[in-house]
Amino acid sequence: MLELHNIHKTFNKGTINEKPALCGVNLHLNPGDFVTIIGGNGAGKSTTLNAIAGVWPVDEGSIVIDGETITGYPEYKRARLLGRVFQDPMTGTAATMEIGENLALAARRGQKRGLRWGITKKERERYYEMLKVLDLGLEDRMTSKVGLLSGGQRQALTLLMASLQKPKLLLLDEHTAALDPKTAAKVLDLTNNIVTENNLTTMMVTHNMKDAIRMGNRLIMMHEGRIIYDVAGEEKKKLHVSDLLEKFEQASGGEFANDRMMLS
Amino acid sequence: MNLLALDPMRLFSALPGNIAQGIIWGIMAIGVYMTFRLLRFSDLSVDGSFATGGAVAVMLIVSGVPAPLAMLAAFGAGLLAGLVTGILHTVFGIPDILAGILTQIALYSINLRIMGGKANQPVSVDKYSLAVSLRNIPKALAVGAVLAVVLIVVLYWFFGTEKGSSIRATGCNPAMSMAQGININSTKVLTLALSNGLVGFAGALLAQYQGFADVNMGRGAIVIGLAAVIIGEVIGEALAGKHLNFFGRLLFVVVGGIIYYIVVGVVLWMKMPSNDLKLFTAIIVAVFLAVPYLRAKSQNSYAKAAKKGVK
Repeated sequence: MLELHNIHKTFNKGTINEKPALCGVNLHLNPGDFVTIIGGNGAGKSTTLNAIAGVWPVDEGSIVIDGETITGYPEYKRARLLGRVFQDPMTGTAATMEIGENLALAARRGQKRGLRWGITKKERERYYEMLKVLDLGLEDRMTSKVGLLSGGQRQALTLLMASLQKPKLLLLDEHTAALDPKTAAKVLDLTNNIVTENNLTTMMVTHNMKDAIRMGNRLIMMHEGRIIYDVAGEEKKKLHVSDLLEKFEQASGGEFANDRMMLS
Repeated sequence: MNLLALDPMRLFSALPGNIAQGIIWGIMAIGVYMTFRLLRFSDLSVDGSFATGGAVAVMLIVSGVPAPLAMLAAFGAGLLAGLVTGILHTVFGIPDILAGILTQIALYSINLRIMGGKANQPVSVDKYSLAVSLRNIPKALAVGAVLAVVLIVVLYWFFGTEKGSSIRATGCNPAMSMAQGININSTKVLTLALSNGLVGFAGALLAQYQGFADVNMGRGAIVIGLAAVIIGEVIGEALAGKHLNFFGRLLFVVVGGIIYYIVVGVVLWMKMPSNDLKLFTAIIVAVFLAVPYLRAKSQNSYAKAAKKGVK
């Protein structure tokens, strides 16, 4: 479903702030794969997701989704293949627009936007049912502005938006990091439901190693712009947080994994 | 100043004219609203495109083109001006305010060329059939009101469509818009073009109303447009509160323009020198921009918190 061939990206090339962010990332995802990605700060986790989403062009390498090479596509052209949820709950939705309007925008991802109504009555009925499933009481607030929602509600809505037009690949970039533990757990449950129900190929960046082990069928660890550990199936299920910490230590040359890792 | 020496009848007799002018500037302000509020783009090209609209319309009318067609051409000319600003911004990466200023300054020369090198071109209502004229204020009021309502209805519809929604999304959250597959550069260019088209159309109306096009007729148009937008918002929100929908917002932009011109009428009636009008406009806009901010701040101030803390 996804092929990354030798992806390279260096930020601020030729300046004193030059930073190699991705140094030859290779990855192959099968349809229905749910990969969790872990690694220290600056390891290249979010950068990999941004490379796939086309936030900027890569320096080298190629990106193929479902047989289609998208390396040369700008961000908005790739959007039809991708569903995305961001770390900041503010990023994924339009705050001054209604809940229904946000969903309607997402439902038209990858389609030509013309002079038909931005949201139809039929759609509203469909969204009502979908929001009801979330069990957040949003179905009765369809005409409320999204800016009035809490961070957790906004992430739940963004997840729904990302899956509304079934994407070839769902990109979750630390989408629960800004939420309190209880809300984060709820959003993760919802994530699992949506991914399983739609059988979505998914990449989820997380700093929580327990979540990384618990969720998905495959786990990837990144370090200094490379994938240093890739585990799937039964082997992954048997992992413990201590195994991952050990890997981290090995990778970073005996240094302790950073505090955030230790705490989680 | 001796207020008793002022003649109230003169104020009342000037009122319909002020309202007619207010409607025309209100139509112009809807164009400003589209960029300033919906796209969140401070577009200063309108000072140029307003005069462009006036110049194009007058030159076409005096060469025998019917007024409605000339106004359509003025709309098209404004559209092109907005296109230039949009391309400067999206293709060449020039910041919004600067892109607008560049277009505006370039249009000054272009407007002079359109008007055959003259700074002023008259169009007499006696010789040509004009859509509006200050010589027939009831007709100007009727035509202006009908045009304003039609435009508001069309824009209300347009911003409810898929295309219009994508414009609103672009203004609200560009990152989200791109993630939803919206080409934000094209929505920006489209909005700037439509906005300036509307501004050019309003310029064509004003030129006919006053009976001439002038290369300086757009000077300060952005400030008057902002005045109308902000006065309209403050009053609309005060009157309608939460019930103020998008249709109401557009309507109140025109109302803002009318109120602005009524106030200008009062000020002129009080024999304030007309040279001071721009200063006065700037002060009005500054006050209307500052009041909501200061009011929010006073309800939420450190000094207040400190006082409460002591008790």
